[in-house]
Amino acid sequence: MDFKFDIEGGNFSKAGSASSDVKKVLKKLNVDPKLIKRIVVSIYEAEVNVVAHAYEGEMNVSIFPEKIVVRIVDKGPGIPDIDLAMQKGYSTASPAVREMGFGAGMGLPNIKKNTNELNIKSEVGVGTEVELINYLN
Amino acid sequence: MKVSDIVSELGLKVCSGEQGLDREIKGGYTSDLLSDVMGNADADQVWVTLQTHKNIMAIASLKELAAVILVKGYEPEADAAEQSNVEGIPILSSEEEAFELTGKLYKLISD
Repeated sequence: MDFKFDIEGGNFSKAGSASSDVKKVLKKLNVDPKLIKRIVVSIYEAEVNVVAHAYEGEMNVSIFPEKIVVRIVDKGPGIPDIDLAMQKGYSTASPAVREMGFGAGMGLPNIKKNTNELNIKSEVGVGTEVELINYLN
Repeated sequence: MKVSDIVSELGLKVCSGEQGLDREIKGGYTSDLLSDVMGNADADQVWVTLQTHKNIMAIASLKELAAVILVKGYEPEADAAEQSNVEGIPILSSEEEAFELTGKLYKLISD
């Protein structure tokens, strides 16, 4: 089963709406509430990253009998150094974004902590693809 | 303990989301960093913060928090209040600073 939700770059008033839609789908499908909680944390962070850094993106959710795969693909500046971006506290967010309480360098570490498998592919000047895999058992 | 109990005990102003005043509270979390709250707060907690923009409601809804309490007399921005009404998660406001308010809340909830 596949679902797709759009993410608008730069529009903070809509940040979280794709995650909220995914949460509703997972609840309807009776996915374990504990797993939903973990997935919600990671997809929200990934969604906010698109809003904060990219021009546009989409969240693709694929539900298999044994796993849930969420792929967040954006058109944006890309990540030059993924290892650096993974470090707690590292952020390239603008001062305006930081003032809102984002950009503390906790997003990707939060994702890693709440996901069984995290894969990031990025090309500078093109965009980033983040894949989150969670196993159901 | 319900949200309405802390409203009366701590003299909080109800800014929005009144229909959620009977939500049960199981603890709280105090932070102004959204990712910190996203990563560490739990369902049915009250969140103490000075952030007033709409994204606090996205977090409160996704984490299924009981209520958001703004400190130092802050009021929610109009679209945050609107979202709070839609979600039925109250935004409350206190004249106190985060330190004092959190201390009183902790005592109330843990008693």
